[in-house]
Amino acid sequence: MTNEKQILSAEEIRRSLTRIAHEIAERNEGVQNVILVGIRRRGVPLARRIAAALADFEGQQVPIGQLDITLYRDDLHMRGPAPLVRKTEIQADITQRVVVLVDDVLYTGRTVRAALDALADLGRPMCIQLAVLVDRGHRELPIRADFVGKNVPTSREERVEVRLSEVDDEPDQVTIVRSE
Amino acid sequence: MATQTRVSHRHVLDLDIFSQNEIEEMLDTADSMKEILSREIKQVPTLRGRTVVNMFYEDSTRTRISFELAARALSANVVNFTARGSSVEKGESLIDTVRTLQALGADIIVIRHKQSGAPYLVAQHFAGAVLNAGDGWHAHPTQALLDLFTIREQLGHIEGCKVVIVGDILHSRVARSNIWGLTKMRARVTLCAPPTLIGPTRFWKANWPELDIIYDLDAALEGADVVMALRLQKERQQSGLLPSLREYNRYFALTAERLAELGDDVLVMHPGPMNEGVEIMPEVAVAPQSVIETQVTNGVAMRMALLYRLAS
Repeated sequence: MTNEKQILSAEEIRRSLTRIAHEIAERNEGVQNVILVGIRRRGVPLARRIAAALADFEGQQVPIGQLDITLYRDDLHMRGPAPLVRKTEIQADITQRVVVLVDDVLYTGRTVRAALDALADLGRPMCIQLAVLVDRGHRELPIRADFVGKNVPTSREERVEVRLSEVDDEPDQVTIVRSE
Repeated sequence: MATQTRVSHRHVLDLDIFSQNEIEEMLDTADSMKEILSREIKQVPTLRGRTVVNMFYEDSTRTRISFELAARALSANVVNFTARGSSVEKGESLIDTVRTLQALGADIIVIRHKQSGAPYLVAQHFAGAVLNAGDGWHAHPTQALLDLFTIREQLGHIEGCKVVIVGDILHSRVARSNIWGLTKMRARVTLCAPPTLIGPTRFWKANWPELDIIYDLDAALEGADVVMALRLQKERQQSGLLPSLREYNRYFALTAERLAELGDDVLVMHPGPMNEGVEIMPEVAVAPQSVIETQVTNGVAMRMALLYRLAS
């Protein structure tokens, strides 16, 4: 038996992302030097939404990139068949810019570790910050987020499911699923 | 995670066992790999600590270098083995060589051999993965995949495209693997050559009833989206399959006149190495419609995709 509980509604997701956008602008004293880089897949639509919010109240279009971290994973040999490699697309040069990495869920920190390595191969940013919609704890590496939509205490047995209309063909929501 | 088809074959020996979806997925992966090659730092750490052995029993420039660059771009250790100067000259058999390489820690063997079927034999005696880099007249799957990738990249799709393969089809592993790949991807394939270099129509029709076989190049080229010329080995004339190279050139070469008939949107391809002035004229090889150099570049991305898939 499984039970699924909503932890963020569509409206709460929207408000969290707007707040994160404000925090990014506040922390960096504007967004003129900022690039948003979404980690594929769900970090990408989140980065787009944050960029749209920033365009709204900062009046500035922030460059957006998408990063695929598959080739930088540390568990490739432990999994079954090789996962699909999707394309990394970052048009702007990231050197000397503030890169804000965007992902849906922060859990062990291993995805972010891979993303940091991937970014280092693309250039030398002035600094890298991390924005996530949900931080569910259980870090296995010394990594923390700069901007968090919602902190959700979870157990390892639970799964956090993020659904975004752009990729999931379903209304936005975040749920927590416990299998019993 | 969305359910996707997975290329689960342990080896890549030919394209016959690949489905349309699997080929599509390999092309998508190559597309992602191509982005890496456009970076300043053309390297990702994916295959760190893995060892790829390039076993080349036959001369090769582009395929060998392409595999080597691909393996290095994925941070693998690369060992190049050539029959010349190795224990093969002391009479070591292929199987013993493979066992030795396995004991030395090889994870992936890339093999080019003049004997058709050699990679299949290697696969039976090797615990890792085997990639066929061309065996005899039989198959050259990585070339066919990079050709498919180039067609899709340049034209946006493969299905429905008319592809004319012209040249020494009978002796060509490139043609055979391309026929498997192109027909799986639902391209319309026309073979064109003198009858002595195509072989029995019955054979082709039994395996691929949809193939068109036309002996007149100008007729074959009508409405072509892609024309792929194959290398004509000069020995073919000595063995009596051709009256003369000059006659072959007149009737079967890609010339500027034929290219003009085809228009600006056609793709001219050649797997290399070219015999300029025999199957293709020098001005055609460098014409704007020619993607021969793009094929070479795409070869590295395609081989990265294959090595990545086989390493896990």
